[in-house]
Amino acid sequence: MFIDFFFKLKDHGIPVSPTAFLTLHKALSNGLVSSLDDFYTVSRCVLVKSERYFDLYDQVFAHHFKGAELPDEEGLLLDDMARAMLEQWLADPKTLADALDMDEQDLQRLTPEELIEYFKQRLKDQTERHDGGNRWIGTGGTSPVGHSGYHPGGMRVGGISRNKSALKVAMERRFKDYSLQGPLTRPMVGEALKRLRFLRPAGPKDRINVDKTIYQTMKNAGEIEIVFDQTLKDRLKVMLAIDNGGWSMDPYIPVVQTVFDYARAQFKEVKTYFFHNTIYENIWEDPNRVRKPLRIKELVRRDPDTRLILVGDASMAPYELMAQDGSIHITDRSGRSSLACLKFIAETFAHAVWLNPVPRHLWNYTRTIKAIGQIFPMFELSIDGLEKAITELMKN
Amino acid sequence: MTKAPFTGATQYVLDEELAKIVNVSMALEMPLLLKGEPGTGKTMLAHAIAESLKMPLLILNVKSSMKLVEALYQYDTLTRLNDSRFGDSTRDVSDIEAYIRMGKIGQAFTSDQRTVLLIDEIDKADTDFQDDMLDVLDQMEFDIIEIDKTIHAKNRPVIIITSNAKKDLSDPFLGRCNFHHIAFPDPKMMSKIIRVHFPDLNKTLAQNAIQAFYQLRQIESIEKRPATRELINWLRALQTDPDFNPKRLAKYDLPFLGVLFKKSSDFVQANQHVQRRSRF
Repeated sequence: MFIDFFFKLKDHGIPVSPTAFLTLHKALSNGLVSSLDDFYTVSRCVLVKSERYFDLYDQVFAHHFKGAELPDEEGLLLDDMARAMLEQWLADPKTLADALDMDEQDLQRLTPEELIEYFKQRLKDQTERHDGGNRWIGTGGTSPVGHSGYHPGGMRVGGISRNKSALKVAMERRFKDYSLQGPLTRPMVGEALKRLRFLRPAGPKDRINVDKTIYQTMKNAGEIEIVFDQTLKDRLKVMLAIDNGGWSMDPYIPVVQTVFDYARAQFKEVKTYFFHNTIYENIWEDPNRVRKPLRIKELVRRDPDTRLILVGDASMAPYELMAQDGSIHITDRSGRSSLACLKFIAETFAHAVWLNPVPRHLWNYTRTIKAIGQIFPMFELSIDGLEKAITELMKN
Repeated sequence: MTKAPFTGATQYVLDEELAKIVNVSMALEMPLLLKGEPGTGKTMLAHAIAESLKMPLLILNVKSSMKLVEALYQYDTLTRLNDSRFGDSTRDVSDIEAYIRMGKIGQAFTSDQRTVLLIDEIDKADTDFQDDMLDVLDQMEFDIIEIDKTIHAKNRPVIIITSNAKKDLSDPFLGRCNFHHIAFPDPKMMSKIIRVHFPDLNKTLAQNAIQAFYQLRQIESIEKRPATRELINWLRALQTDPDFNPKRLAKYDLPFLGVLFKKSSDFVQANQHVQRRSRF
């Protein structure tokens, strides 16, 4: 049962597991599901384990079960129109009541559900009696409601979900905000960057571990043995290098800003540098890239365990990366290609990643992205990518 | 085992969907993992279930440094040492079992009555803790190594797990529980919730406060948006001032913003926003 549905969910990228599917069947055979509404709720809570997939689930559900409850397209269309009318009703009951030749008071007594039914009935009558008439359904007609209200997102009129069928709930797509395509927000970035903390025992063993001491003493049958520990310290140094030049990064400014802000707030020791498109002999400490250059040769004096995060779209003309005098800034030309400079940096810091705001599926179209991706492990600047990047950085 | 369904409690407004999910999870004997914005009533749900099903509630507040053993049991070595030196208690020092204290999970297992076990903010602990704990909850038993004894659950507790994390928990973990995300209530639901908490609240005040509250939530750059909990506290604060005229709220004259916004940067921004609006 429902095997099609299960595979449809899987095909659309929701990570569903066979065990969960069996659990669902357990629920079904225990008689916990008695209607489609129940099935919607139960199968979501059993099969889908993250709110990020709720929206997708809603879509698949509506698609799969649409045939069952709404047999023909006309039904769906009527439904939508009735909803549009309902919205109009909520906004301006008087006009609508007039147009329907009905008393406003009468309509007010109906619940939203009854209203929809009523509107649907009216619509059916209308189509049958005067096709293409001028009162209701004509597009661009003279009707007060007209064509204005088609709402694919659906409506949400008061009450709790129980007043509506599961299908209607599913088609509302209440969980759109949580889906994977959503923007990277500060809390998300924070969540990912938090894992960059690196607590390590350091210094002399000068702290008494009370629990262990007691335990050890008990093991020795009362012979006191004191256990010492080292203090935990966050030893991690983080370096952030951001591509802040040129129009190609412009669309990604907000997201980079988010990462940058959060990194500043999160780490005590974070150094931020700037570059344009790619790195040549210098990186800059000031965002304008004028006043405070830092020779990349100097970087060898830094702790080689520093985690280096480069942020940039890695998109430029190939010669900027490959040619020995490729820099678009004439003062920057030194006879070493940017590719060589990047390699030098990658050799200096074993833990380095490149975060790219360009969506991964577009990477293959840009040669420089591929080239840089061979030097630094490159990750997409998204929730998933960020997590993977952090895992990569924390590898030993 | 009682099979009475869960229908809501005095201080908790339950939506139908969530009720169904709670009942299904109880019937399937699976833990229910709840996610959602802080302050949307994840923890309150467990209290409500315990209240309405008349079961005792055990709360395990997860801490980042927590070891699984602490949640299961503790071997009280200190008391035993004390007893062995001074011997002024009725306990038998040679009987280690007398010095085993049950942790929250242990208590839930050994209780004669079916309990509601709330595991709060599971995301604080590391992944190993989470997976190991789910193993225990799956098997419904654990070993006490000191006395080489296995504790079986007398009654399977109703397990509610909450998580605030934006990131997902590990796959094996998720595989073993049911999942629900509590969405932020819409204004209508919110006024119901408010009515439950303040049965005799001035209607204009409630309406204006809710309206202002949802507008404040709209401010783009806020990091921690105020949630239900903040709104309830805010109303409480507004009520303390007997001279307060609810109509002021509609004019963007909002006192006690600090109750709603707890981060200083958020507070400053909200304040600016309010001042800008109140000028017009």
